[in-house]
Amino acid sequence: MQAGAELLEVRDLTIAFPAGEKPLLAADRVAFSVTAGRTLGLVGESGCGKSVTLRSLLGMVPYPGEVLGGEIRWRGEDLVRASRRRLTALRGREISMVFQDPTSCLNPVFTIGDQMGETLRKRAGMSKAQARRRAVELLERVGVPSPERRLRAYPHHLSGGMRQRVMIAIAIAAEPQLLLADEPTTALDVTTQEQILSLLLEVQRDTGMAIVLVSHDLGVIAETCDEVIVMYAGRMLEAGLAPAVMRSPRHPYTRGLIKAMPSLDVSGDVPAAPIPGQPPNLAALPPGCPFQPRCALARPDCAAIPVTLDGDLMAHGSACPFAEAAA
Amino acid sequence: MTQALLAVESLTKRFADRASVTGRVRGHAAATLTALDDVSIAVAPGETLGIVGESGSGKSTLARCIMRLYEPDAGSITFDGQDVLGANGAQLRALRRAIQMVYQDPYSSLNPRLRIGSAIAEPAIVHGLIERGEGDRFAGDLLERVGLSRETAPRYAHEFSGGQRQRIAIARSLAVRPRLLIADEAVSALDVSIQAQLLALLEEIRRDLGLTMVFISHQLSVISRLADRVAIMYLGRVVESGSTADVFADPRHPYTQMLLEAHPRLDGTRVPRPRLTTDTPSPYEIPAGCRFHPRCPLAEERCMSIDPPEVEIPSARGGHLSACHVLPMREAITEAAVRERTPSP
Repeated sequence: MQAGAELLEVRDLTIAFPAGEKPLLAADRVAFSVTAGRTLGLVGESGCGKSVTLRSLLGMVPYPGEVLGGEIRWRGEDLVRASRRRLTALRGREISMVFQDPTSCLNPVFTIGDQMGETLRKRAGMSKAQARRRAVELLERVGVPSPERRLRAYPHHLSGGMRQRVMIAIAIAAEPQLLLADEPTTALDVTTQEQILSLLLEVQRDTGMAIVLVSHDLGVIAETCDEVIVMYAGRMLEAGLAPAVMRSPRHPYTRGLIKAMPSLDVSGDVPAAPIPGQPPNLAALPPGCPFQPRCALARPDCAAIPVTLDGDLMAHGSACPFAEAAA
Repeated sequence: MTQALLAVESLTKRFADRASVTGRVRGHAAATLTALDDVSIAVAPGETLGIVGESGSGKSTLARCIMRLYEPDAGSITFDGQDVLGANGAQLRALRRAIQMVYQDPYSSLNPRLRIGSAIAEPAIVHGLIERGEGDRFAGDLLERVGLSRETAPRYAHEFSGGQRQRIAIARSLAVRPRLLIADEAVSALDVSIQAQLLALLEEIRRDLGLTMVFISHQLSVISRLADRVAIMYLGRVVESGSTADVFADPRHPYTQMLLEAHPRLDGTRVPRPRLTTDTPSPYEIPAGCRFHPRCPLAEERCMSIDPPEVEIPSARGGHLSACHVLPMREAITEAAVRERTPSP
């Protein structure tokens, strides 16, 4: 795989859930591209549309939601209109996914070896013996100690961190070009989280795969991602290179999120400042910017602005035309 | 230190599994999980103690023992000079009023069939603090105290967001005018922006009411914001404790250092470290010697056989303890050297 090659291009992706007369837009004109060897982060609070956006990339929007418009182009091929069969062929081969809860992803009545072997035989077309050898290699690769023994273990024999390593091993078994990770460390302890994140980046360095990482934790995003998109109520509010967004956030919501993060600093000089108000209700969004009810800089014009970024990922775009003038 | 409001001494709690049928036939003993192993903490009146630990460290078991929801196997708990574990009848009822708890999940801690006004007033009525007729006014006042409008009293829990529900849970815990509030991961299920709102509310309440608090969390950053003193737990034991400023600025247990380093940072400045693939050992088989030694980068021979005693570390605020053979000593030398060079104030 060529580094820097564009793998995935998402344009004006809109995902809707039916609700009474007007559908709820879980993602509203989301657009980004993913390049080989790089990590893109989608960050936001619950209900911002980050997970559903990620799932839509593999045709896994939960029922009754559906992709209402836009394009998802995987190396030129439109995945929105792709057949179910084509998507099945892509899943686990070219594009893989790691989920939040490794416990519910593994079947409790089969051993780790059975479950890895199945993937290797089905996805990579290996024989039973080949699959076994490769499973041991993969477990070694993801840092599972004594892999031969682990193949005979059942999921409940393993800790949460080890289960997530197994899930990553299964996800990278067929050497995918893109790995989708949905809150892969949220269910784990902080010391385990660190191990899993560095493992993902290490595998990326070896294979050159691209990663799209969804997280609610700005710290996790800051430490792992090259580019980041900040989402709120289904909209992209800010996008740019991760260091730029973290160091000089342009949108009031991003600024608020960063200020709301409790820090480890015990000097007490900068206490975390909450964002006032309630999380957005998708059924009752105000016209214009969805963040205005909670925004300190809100003004009447906010109801009339189109919520679109003034620049792409590389140009550090923001959907707020007023924040910089006010500062 | 003044007389502690809450003192926990050498508390031990084990949970025995039921032996499996095949196990019993073969004569195997049932496995025992050690949740708390000789834990001692003290909380002074008006102080907030933070308890930090990862899953399986025993922090929630500790809270439940204090609440008398679990009966510990050994040790003692004293609240305001009174024996908690021996209390019963009227004494226990008084204790249950004096110590209140806020739980992690505001979706399961509120009764879905009760209007929130009743949910808040009920405990005060039960404890005879107010008359039934005063319930509405009383609940309204508390709702306003936690930042909700009193008009919300006739609504049901499902009509509120997670953050609002947690405010209701706090209001209900305050209804019986407790002296000690135990918050067990009270903000962990909430989004960052809402979490910060709740932390500000808890700080305000503590200040205004002079509440003593035990704040349990796996999030170091939350503890650093709220707690005056902190206890770091690992596999059922307090491995380091002291004033929050001392412990966070100058951690003296390798586990505390590991926790602080693992905390994600916004500026992405973390120094890459060699990959560590050991998980926390199972609480069914706590390692011999120092329980942290299988994961410890500083482990020596003695760490594998001798359980390290708590060592006091010289600090400005006092009471900084670490249960490690290696680190307190190693650092103490440099600190002594530092003190030699800088005259003490």
